[in-house]
Amino acid sequence: MSEIFTVAVLVAVTASAIRLAVPLLLASLGETFGQRSGVLNLGVDGIMLIGAFTGYYAVLKSGNVWLGLLAGAMVGLALGFASAVIAVTLQAKQGISGIGIYLFGLGMSDLLFQKLVGTPIPINTFPKINVPILSEIPYLGPMLFRHSLIIYLAFAAIPISMFIINRTTFGMNIRAVGEYPEAADTLGVSVTGVRYATQLIGGTLAGMAGGTLAISLGIFQQNLTNGAGFIAIALVYFGAWRPVGIMLGALLFGFVNALVLELKTLEIIPRDLSNLAAMAPAVITILALAFVARRFRAPAALTKPFTRGQ
Amino acid sequence: MKKKSMKLAVLIAVFALVAAACGNADESEDGGFRIAIIAPSASNDLAFTQSIVDAANLLKESGVVSEVAITDGTFVVDDAAVAIRDYASDGYDLVIAHGSQYGGSLQEIAPDFPDVSFAWGTSADTFGLPNVYSYEAASDQGGRVMGIMAAALSRSNVIGIVGPIEVGDAKLYVDGFKAGVLIQNPGADVRVNYIDSFSDVALASEAANSLIGAGADVLSGTAQMVVGAVGVAKTEGVLWFGTQANQTSLAPEIVVASQVYRWDVIFREIIENVKNGKLGGEIYSITFANEGLVIEYNDGYSLPADVRKLADDAIETFKSGG
Repeated sequence: MSEIFTVAVLVAVTASAIRLAVPLLLASLGETFGQRSGVLNLGVDGIMLIGAFTGYYAVLKSGNVWLGLLAGAMVGLALGFASAVIAVTLQAKQGISGIGIYLFGLGMSDLLFQKLVGTPIPINTFPKINVPILSEIPYLGPMLFRHSLIIYLAFAAIPISMFIINRTTFGMNIRAVGEYPEAADTLGVSVTGVRYATQLIGGTLAGMAGGTLAISLGIFQQNLTNGAGFIAIALVYFGAWRPVGIMLGALLFGFVNALVLELKTLEIIPRDLSNLAAMAPAVITILALAFVARRFRAPAALTKPFTRGQ
Repeated sequence: MKKKSMKLAVLIAVFALVAAACGNADESEDGGFRIAIIAPSASNDLAFTQSIVDAANLLKESGVVSEVAITDGTFVVDDAAVAIRDYASDGYDLVIAHGSQYGGSLQEIAPDFPDVSFAWGTSADTFGLPNVYSYEAASDQGGRVMGIMAAALSRSNVIGIVGPIEVGDAKLYVDGFKAGVLIQNPGADVRVNYIDSFSDVALASEAANSLIGAGADVLSGTAQMVVGAVGVAKTEGVLWFGTQANQTSLAPEIVVASQVYRWDVIFREIIENVKNGKLGGEIYSITFANEGLVIEYNDGYSLPADVRKLADDAIETFKSGG
């Protein structure tokens, strides 16, 4: 039992938590833009899957991980556009259409993998970067400053998202459209335009999240995300539609997962309780969600389509 | 009016021809033996599903069966149940439900098709039904051989195993591997991490990281999610032992050997039984003795001769009934 209370374990668990959190963080941030503008996209996992395959395939063919990430982002952008057409222009029920996008992504990513690749072939992964000086700090260095560049980029996306949402005209328009689209429209804000833009951002980040996952693992497999896109949506609620809250949620989810793995490795969790321990991340997330739901409210126009004059 | 009648007749004739053609597709054209496989992951997962698909292809190449139909990726049990029922309705001679999780569905469906033979694995339960065979892999045998080699190769004397859910042949393999390590080196520290998922590649990777962090310099693992763990082992320069299919292609630098399932060995016998009118009721197992289990070594890894001898001796012990 004393094994768990060592600095080495804390370092390992924290580093693992950060790696597990990053795909969730990217996808959740993207979904936040959409939800703040009033559009719920349940198809995040499907977009992540297509992004994961595209990123994987681009790296397989080119050997360049950044080209792979870009390819994942671009296909995410295209699917974000498709989501916008379905949810904003065609005004389909957002829950149902999102499930459709998810199923499309699940099936198409596997089909493309079977037809274009076949047997899993390893690809290059993101190189780790030791941040000069900082990576040498005892304990903190290995925990925080010996990751791949994509990890730092993902965390850099948090203040950028905060700035866009809270400090720019575009962000103000997003919030206005998500709360009271009729008023925003009266003031000359294009509700359709804003919602299209947020879906494009959301799709791009979801595609990047999938690409990040596949390239970090160096492999693609059917249903690689294993439902991570749905967890990302839950984290948007967990984080109360705020980037910092979402980051804390993603890190908590990653940390609990990493801690459970470490406890199993150290054989601290009895094998009989292993299944219960595996549920811990989901249970903690649900409890936190229940807490958040009582303190914060969702954007008022979330899931409500907008038609001028109605 | 006459023209209309003529068009209608032509349309009906075309429809009848198409329907007849479709009907023929459902029936065996040469009176051969038709098998259908329902499996949880991709046909080329380098693990559980690939092992049965490879076996089916061997059976087809050798002329034992005339047609192989595969529905893979059915990780949703309800989808698998639909596929099982469809294949049985289509008159396939043998429907193979390749996944422990499909047992409940098969128990419900098989009695509705008393003339169709079903096989379910990995399991040792036929539900007492006369048209259900069950099959399993004595993966603990290969696990033990791999464990012996792992203990002989480890310098840190810490060896890690990434497991999925503690059931079926995964549990057998893990238990066998652990036993093998301790036979070779009773003082070794074997760490087992069941991640409670057959599909979470990211979690399997982190489990491998965690085991390496605990000092493991040799890893093994079972089920389709281990592709992530193999990647971590490759990055960290840690040796890997595979199972279910040959995993050398994932990391030729660090894969020492793989236990490969040769399901075709027992399916030749099952198919012969079905042809002779015995549709089920028996349990089969692949072992070293019946050559359903094979250890395939990575030619690119220079395994010390004494370690290879330890493995060969252990295999011989199993073959001679030890």
